[in-house]
Amino acid sequence: METYYNPADLANFSGDGVGRAASDLWDKYMAYYGSVFEDGALTKREKSLIALAVAAAVQCPYCIDAYTNSCLQQGCDEDQIFEAFHVTNAIRGGAALAHGVQALNVIEDQEL
Amino acid sequence: MATVQEVMDARDSFEELVPAEFRITNSQLHTLQVNVGYKCNIACRHCHLQCGPNRTEVMSHEVMQACLDAYKTVGFTSMDVTGGAPEMHPELEWFLREAHKQGVSLIVRTNLCILADPAYAHFAALYDELGVTLYASLPYYSARNVDKIRGRGTFDASIEGLRLLNEQGFGTGKHTIVLVFNPSGATMPPAQASMELEYKRRLEADFGVHFDSLVCIANNPSGRFAEALNAKDKLGKYLDRLIAAFNPGTLEGMMCRDQLSVDYQGALYDCDFNQALGLKIRPELTIFDLARDGAKVREVVFANHCYGCTAGAGSSCGGETA
Repeated sequence: METYYNPADLANFSGDGVGRAASDLWDKYMAYYGSVFEDGALTKREKSLIALAVAAAVQCPYCIDAYTNSCLQQGCDEDQIFEAFHVTNAIRGGAALAHGVQALNVIEDQEL
Repeated sequence: MATVQEVMDARDSFEELVPAEFRITNSQLHTLQVNVGYKCNIACRHCHLQCGPNRTEVMSHEVMQACLDAYKTVGFTSMDVTGGAPEMHPELEWFLREAHKQGVSLIVRTNLCILADPAYAHFAALYDELGVTLYASLPYYSARNVDKIRGRGTFDASIEGLRLLNEQGFGTGKHTIVLVFNPSGATMPPAQASMELEYKRRLEADFGVHFDSLVCIANNPSGRFAEALNAKDKLGKYLDRLIAAFNPGTLEGMMCRDQLSVDYQGALYDCDFNQALGLKIRPELTIFDLARDGAKVREVVFANHCYGCTAGAGSSCGGETA
């Protein structure tokens, strides 16, 4: 079955694939990308969990695949991975609920 | 479905990646790894030797004596006692006491949880008395993961074992205890230093237990681990991941170049993984030959499971190698 998302396409997130045009920009991006995920004030492990939570937020199946594997590779377990998803869920849900303040404003504006 | 051997053989030869100077052993070997038998109180999912409660292989007294003799003849500087659960060998105490008398520098590999069994708890005091260094496998710092790999209740028992050892001075300044991590699935191990910090933080905060350091060991694509992966059709993918992470910088420090592994019958292997696969050293010698004649430089017997020791930061029974 043809779909827009294909696991095999992940391999084309590379210099020969999406980086073959505008390659100077790709190279700069990848150098930056590599630096971002090095140990720094945050560990690689912490960064992988953040990346997974963001991947869930932007609902990118490639990133969810890549960063679930990355989290496992960094020694995270299933509980930690799912707590990251719950952080995403809490913030996404919270962001919707927080917009309730706008509804509150409308309601209060209509009240006598 | 392809067999484990067919999957392994379908990849490029590991041996061809090894330069001639690293295909042979060091002129002086340092470690004699003694596998006293395959009997174990648990049956871990990733055990390459397929040890467990139903195994009956036990090293004889004569082979144990030959190990002590070979240690002297060859001039080894460390004896690494493993199993199975070594504590289940009926003559382990005798063997360790003899080795200690002989001045052998002893490492014992324990699974910790066996020490929670009253029948084996006395080994904690023996390890203290003889001043051995312990390598203790603990696949994670939480019950859920450990019990999944080793069986229900094994995590709590392991913590009890570690607590017992802490009381005897292991991990608390008197003796050294090194914890051993290996991934629960088909992933490569994380960086050792980072995982050690995580283990220390969790085990000390959650359970008040201590250890000196942690080593990370890659799961070798052999034995029960390889069979389980292959049954899920994942062995090829795991092997390809190891091959993609092949690091030539690990070749010089491969453990097989600096040790010999002896099985319960006295047969010799380049490492514990070759023992699991039945790949004996060439020429085929026994511990009795070694005790009499010493060791000569030999060509290591490689196969494609060796990719497990040369991926990323490298892997050995002592952790990272590069």
